[in-house]
Amino acid sequence: MNSHRGGAVEPGTGGASLRAWEPVIGLEMHVELDTQTKMFCGCAVAKGDDPNTHTCPVCLAHPGALPVVNRRAVEYAARIALALHCTVQPRNIFHRKNYFYPDLPKAYQISQYDEPLATAGWFEYWVAGENLRCRINRVHMEEDAAKLIHAGGDTGRIAGSDYSMVDFNRGGTPLIEIVTEPDIPSPEAAREFLQQLRNLVVELGVSECNMEEGQIRWDANISIRPEGSEDLGTRTELKNMNSFRYLQQALDAEIPRQIEILEAGGTIDLETLHFDPDTGTTTPLRSKEEAHDYRYFPEPDLVPLEIDPAWVEELRATQPELPAARVERFTTVYGLSRADATVLGSSGALAGFYEEVVAAGVGAKPAANWTMGEYLAHLNAVGLEAGHGHVTAERLARLVKLVEEGTVSTSAGKEVFAHMIEERDEPEAMIEKHGLGQISDSAELEAIVAEVVAANPAQAEQYRGGKQQIIGFFVGQVMKASGGRANPKVVNDLLRRALDA
Amino acid sequence: MPPPSPTSASACRGWADVTALDPLRLTARDAKRLLVDGEISSAELAKVYLDQIGAVESRVRAYILVTADNAAKYSTKVDREMQAMRGPLAGLPIAVKDNMVTEGVTTTCASKILRNYQPVYTATAVRQVWEDHVVMLGKTNLDEFAMGSSTENSSYQVTANPWDLSTVPGGSSGGSAAAVAAGETLWALGSDTGGSIRQPAALCGIVGMKPTYGAVSRYGLIAFASSLDQIGPLTRSVYDCALLLQHIAGRDLRDSTSVELPEPVALPTAERLDGLRVGVPSEYLAAGIEPGVRARFDETLARVEELGGACVEISLPHTEYALPAYYIIAPAEASANLARFDGVRYGYRCADPVDLRDLYERTRGEGFGPEVKRRIMIGTYALSAGYYDAYYGRAQKVRTMVRRDFDRAFGDVDLIASPTSPTVAFKAGSRTADPLAMYVSDICTIPVNLAGLPAISIPCGLSDGLPVGFQLIGPAFSENRILSAAHALEGTIGFDTAPAFRDSGAGDLGVGEEAAQ
Repeated sequence: MNSHRGGAVEPGTGGASLRAWEPVIGLEMHVELDTQTKMFCGCAVAKGDDPNTHTCPVCLAHPGALPVVNRRAVEYAARIALALHCTVQPRNIFHRKNYFYPDLPKAYQISQYDEPLATAGWFEYWVAGENLRCRINRVHMEEDAAKLIHAGGDTGRIAGSDYSMVDFNRGGTPLIEIVTEPDIPSPEAAREFLQQLRNLVVELGVSECNMEEGQIRWDANISIRPEGSEDLGTRTELKNMNSFRYLQQALDAEIPRQIEILEAGGTIDLETLHFDPDTGTTTPLRSKEEAHDYRYFPEPDLVPLEIDPAWVEELRATQPELPAARVERFTTVYGLSRADATVLGSSGALAGFYEEVVAAGVGAKPAANWTMGEYLAHLNAVGLEAGHGHVTAERLARLVKLVEEGTVSTSAGKEVFAHMIEERDEPEAMIEKHGLGQISDSAELEAIVAEVVAANPAQAEQYRGGKQQIIGFFVGQVMKASGGRANPKVVNDLLRRALDA
Repeated sequence: MPPPSPTSASACRGWADVTALDPLRLTARDAKRLLVDGEISSAELAKVYLDQIGAVESRVRAYILVTADNAAKYSTKVDREMQAMRGPLAGLPIAVKDNMVTEGVTTTCASKILRNYQPVYTATAVRQVWEDHVVMLGKTNLDEFAMGSSTENSSYQVTANPWDLSTVPGGSSGGSAAAVAAGETLWALGSDTGGSIRQPAALCGIVGMKPTYGAVSRYGLIAFASSLDQIGPLTRSVYDCALLLQHIAGRDLRDSTSVELPEPVALPTAERLDGLRVGVPSEYLAAGIEPGVRARFDETLARVEELGGACVEISLPHTEYALPAYYIIAPAEASANLARFDGVRYGYRCADPVDLRDLYERTRGEGFGPEVKRRIMIGTYALSAGYYDAYYGRAQKVRTMVRRDFDRAFGDVDLIASPTSPTVAFKAGSRTADPLAMYVSDICTIPVNLAGLPAISIPCGLSDGLPVGFQLIGPAFSENRILSAAHALEGTIGFDTAPAFRDSGAGDLGVGEEAAQ
């Protein structure tokens, strides 16, 4: 089910079906912007402060208060839109989206509707060695709702809670919505799309996209259709997810459910589903028939937002380098494979670290291997972001250089790296302290070689009998005997000499 | 300005002079001169109006809240600190319609749902006059949430027209208009969504102006219909109207729809109308204009010509669609604007709610009056899926056509004239059973709001002892042109603003359900 392209899915049960199905997935993402102030008032956007300490008549919807658009939020939203190759509309308008809920003090959300900030773009992302392109329908601006805290229950959910509290600090935080076309061909692709889109937004510097704080959340629409068909089937919607893994799991669970229904001659209901990670199943949340009538109409308190095309060009010219462009550059400038360039280039922090290692005088390829290998594993193990911690790019570069020069072997180098982390020290000191320097001294190695040859007469006979490749066995034995420190090139020479003698 | 000379101050100050002041006729222009000349103190001036309130308020009921103590204290402070506080309006008393929020002063919007509501900030227009050291006398009555044309929809009290206490003062700024007419304030602030300043000004025999949409900040004006609402002055003279407008107009960063006027408001001096072309839309005179109103209107047109102007008949062909379009757009916006009143964060909350839904439903059910509920329902319906295009969408198209009618007309004429209201003040209770009859009160004023234009109503005489209003409409931001023309006309009309306080009876002045305080 993880096939990402030509996502033909064999029918789940019995293999009786003659048809193969393919999923069609679309995503809707909400991203809170890291502006200093809220979307329509001057209150600070601040996480973690005491509840209801960043409020004013505007974001509490006191009578008579009026919204004023945050210019920086428009800039940030436009930067996202530009990064997604959308057209930023010179004129766009805000609408009121009416619904009654305790987290929405005005009882309408100021959002955008039929004239959004930006339309018609695309995003290129990378799945299992292949570039995919997803069309972007629109990017629009709105305000976040306040935060509801359900107390007195076990789950923190509204069902079963005794009472609920409202924290208006979050209410009015600038929010953008990104809507894709249904172009995503598999659950795995959906996860990759989201991860890479999140990286993009983070690198634009417009949101940290902190998942735990819900700064990025998404809905997924999924339908299936016979493989090769151009029609769209009836979709179901997975709402308000905030874990990449669960998204993929939920979609993986939803596809066979839909197949089963259709193959049994049933129809898919247009409905919203909830994914339960514990059971791995999707269950209906509420039917779309009960969906709200939001009674959208143009927000009369705001004038149409006129965006000067010159300003848009200014933003375009000052966009930071984005992952796609950087991956491209890494393949051409450093000669990396696309796969390596994607690993290193898709996150700005890791890419910056890699480039520092290279700048310290290390070859592009070994720098890539060490950064993606030992260093990335270390980051993942301790949960650090690239560039943080005491293993600086300069230190790693020194270690890689010592390996390249043959002062330490590759395997010993890995050990040195482990010691550097553990003891928070320089590579040179660790090599010294743990005696990990490579032995290139012929005299010292000759003794080991002689011992190994003497200890394995049968293999020596095979070698002499013409089985040259058994030399590898001897190299391994010498390395083992030297604690991995022997210089393999010198060992090779000495072994041939000893065996040929 | 130089401080008053000691002789004039000592010679003229004192109660003998103050009691000679006639609050029914005194203009802000004259009051300011008396203050500047030291012939009267701000505290004495405030007392003139507080005394008048004491004398007539029980019959007029113009105020929801009289802030007598504050007015006395603040006017004394202005007197004491006259040097620091001397501004063009310093020490002049004012009344404020109770749909503008005032920090620390109860603001109800004449609705039970905001009973005892204490705003945490002050509306920009009010703050501007406060910063000019104007002395606030109190908050005036209105139709609940400014929805009405008679001030009978107030949850608290029915205001009487000082000209005939059995008739309505018009609405929704009926409290402000009646307070000015009854001499209970020097002037007042009101708001106009479909005629809510001009129509009560007309019915109460005073001057009222709705500025161009955006000329005055709406920040802190409790919204009825956001795209139509506009704050403006209610005064005893055109000069006063300009003076007050000067101090409330301008761009406010808190109101995105506000703008700086292309030219500052000038104090009018014109006595002639030479070369002024005044259009008279035949559609406005077609139906329902009372003969007495028509007669005063025609006489005033004759005065326009006497003063050198020319009156020509024009056509505003989409006029007949303006009223229905307004009664879609205004309720639609209101349905969203009034959704925030839920009993949770402020205002009225029902007793002993069993759950959240019960709290919402009963708070709103008990807190809003019938006219407000009617408009919320109409507006919600008009915006609903499947009806939007047929109602709201079409109403917006009509609005565009109404605006184009005016644009086209102003290619040929400088100003447009009409009666402000088709009738003089009607008997209290006479239209409350028939909402459509009430809605027709605003037939001559509503198109102006739809087009966002400025317009003034000035008194142009009496019909059956009740004032008749003359409306002048101008292109966007032509406030100075309107004020000049109105000033010149006012000079020849010579209307006496002092009402008779008669009571012809047979009006149903059943006082509102309960008092605000």
